[in-house]
Amino acid sequence: MTETAPAPASPAQEARGLADRLREIEFDPRMIGMVAALAVIWLGFNWLSDGAFLTPRNLWNLWVQTASIAIMACGMVLVIVTRNIDLSVGSMLGFVGMVVGLVQVRVLPELWGLEHPLTWLVSLLLAMVLGGLVGLLQGALIAYLAIPSFIVTLGGLLVWRGAAWWVTQGQTIAPMDSRFRPFGGGVEGAIGTNASWAIGIGLCAVICLGAALIRRRRKRFGFVLRPLWAEIAIAGLGCAAVLAMVMVANAYTLPAGVARRLVEAKGGTWPEGGLSIGHGLAVPVLMALGVGVVITLLANRLRFGRYVFAIGGNPEAAQLSGVKTRKVLTLVFGLMGVLVGISACISTARLNASTNAAGTLDELYVIAAAVIGGTSLAGGVGTISGAMLGALVMQSLQSGMVLIGVDAPLQNIVVGIVLVLAVWLDGLYRKRLG
Amino acid sequence: MSISEPADLTETHPGQGTPLIEMRDISIAFGGIKAVDGASVDLMPGEVVGLLGHNGAGKSTLIKILSGAYKADAGTIHVDGEEATIASPRDAKRHGIETIYQTLALADNVDAAANIFLGRELLTGWGTLDDATMEAETRKVMGRLNPHFRRFKEPVKALSGGQRQSVAIARAIYFNARVLIMDEPTAALGPAETKQVAELILQLKKQGIGIFLISHDLHDVFDLADRVTVMKNGKVVGTARTADVTQDEVLGMIISGKCPPAAVGGPGALRS
Repeated sequence: MTETAPAPASPAQEARGLADRLREIEFDPRMIGMVAALAVIWLGFNWLSDGAFLTPRNLWNLWVQTASIAIMACGMVLVIVTRNIDLSVGSMLGFVGMVVGLVQVRVLPELWGLEHPLTWLVSLLLAMVLGGLVGLLQGALIAYLAIPSFIVTLGGLLVWRGAAWWVTQGQTIAPMDSRFRPFGGGVEGAIGTNASWAIGIGLCAVICLGAALIRRRRKRFGFVLRPLWAEIAIAGLGCAAVLAMVMVANAYTLPAGVARRLVEAKGGTWPEGGLSIGHGLAVPVLMALGVGVVITLLANRLRFGRYVFAIGGNPEAAQLSGVKTRKVLTLVFGLMGVLVGISACISTARLNASTNAAGTLDELYVIAAAVIGGTSLAGGVGTISGAMLGALVMQSLQSGMVLIGVDAPLQNIVVGIVLVLAVWLDGLYRKRLG
Repeated sequence: MSISEPADLTETHPGQGTPLIEMRDISIAFGGIKAVDGASVDLMPGEVVGLLGHNGAGKSTLIKILSGAYKADAGTIHVDGEEATIASPRDAKRHGIETIYQTLALADNVDAAANIFLGRELLTGWGTLDDATMEAETRKVMGRLNPHFRRFKEPVKALSGGQRQSVAIARAIYFNARVLIMDEPTAALGPAETKQVAELILQLKKQGIGIFLISHDLHDVFDLADRVTVMKNGKVVGTARTADVTQDEVLGMIISGKCPPAAVGGPGALRS
């Protein structure tokens, strides 16, 4: 029970000391590794593509492409943390997307006409509710009937893909409502430069205020505080990342024709030499960031999240402590379903059509994103921010390879190898530094 | 049964009167096998009762019924003389019954505070987890149990056996337990740590907490317990005050089910 006296430190012990110190100031060293990996990928592709990767246009599209997977990865982290898996998310996305398309294009217009101002909202809520119900159903089968999640969601993968076809007998539905389409990004899904600056500055204020509040709280209880320089550096890095993102999004200018139409629609005149108007942040990216923040708060600051992690660490202990493990498990799958609903809206809007093949193989990308982001398949360990970064790493690899003209089969081979490599490295890290 | 000195009586039975816990004729079967068969035990305030028997004698199962992990097929549980329904661990905790399991039942991936408050988290006015207060409280209670403990931020899997044991004990005593169930509390501990646990038991006993001490090892229990109840094949062999019987006699109860004259025989006693 006594602490061991300080012995001459070996390199491993020194490394452990550093990790301990980082943990003491509540900074996860693995996040640094993830960001470094992302930097290597970005710089590598930028070099291989002669500077075409790190352009506002490419980065903007990269973020938009990542949004759908990143949102689902947030839910998948919680599922995997409870020692379960959800193989059905891709099929669920297809099914929910079809129902949303059907309701939006065939049902609602008959009810209140085309292009009703509430169509987009009803569509989004419907997708979230339908996804949530499907998730709750699967969760209840897993939690109350004790059927392994692998089997239930493998069944779901087939059932919901079939159901997606059934909705319209395989017909594709298009086009979507014009107020719904911004969910997919594109020109209509960009919020403009001024709004982007406002959001960026608002986020910076939240980051700084949050850091200050936490510090004050810890001070009141006399706990170990991060050194002030570290506090400022971390908050500063966060703000810098946000502002850099806004700057890049604003630097991606609208095509001249679109910009001209926009100016003229507002009653302005198009100047002689043209005018460059930035896109600004994209709606799906903001949705993904919002989901990330909400799920992070849920996981770290609410009882529900605490129970999710406790169940993952030791299901029996959680139950003996009075946690209603079956209810929590069902809700985790329900939440996964709600997030699939949001992603279904994003991919349907992005395609501007509902097809029954939407989301095919998404389950694998979502699981890979969570796992690359440090979620342990043994359960109990995982972070939302890690999974979102994982999604970005996966998407960066894929779109980078497209950019430098790698053949499609080879793309899959590379992504597969990276997935295995990432998990192996993470395992090594865990073994050394625990 | 003989009671030699009245002074002895007040010392070992300070709360003579209504038992804190009384389990009557408890039975439970798993797939046709009667793990516990008509067992009755009781516990007075400030008393330590050792529950002894071989592995598989039914003592852990009996106690899991009291802690709400299992639901008995038959029998009643009385708390303070009143019949209580204990259908879940939550029910047991509501009656002030806390359990330290043999496996410790800790969530290895979260820190000490999260384990101590698991299922009973302190919340802020916003309904969010009040981690700062929970950590502060954890520092207080751990300071009492294990003053050298420093690793508040680490998942409990990184802790030593003794430290993990302290966390499990802290979780049981923090919420003002009235009844403490300790299932093989020293099985995984070294001699020094075992001594600490023994001291803690005496200290808690002084506060009037009733303690069930479960062990398959007689020596762990005999010196600490006021009474011992021996089980064999799911049935109670007998109950005896440790002052009235020898260790050999208790050993005889455990091994052959033979009830000595100073013990109150149960349904599982060897009929001769």
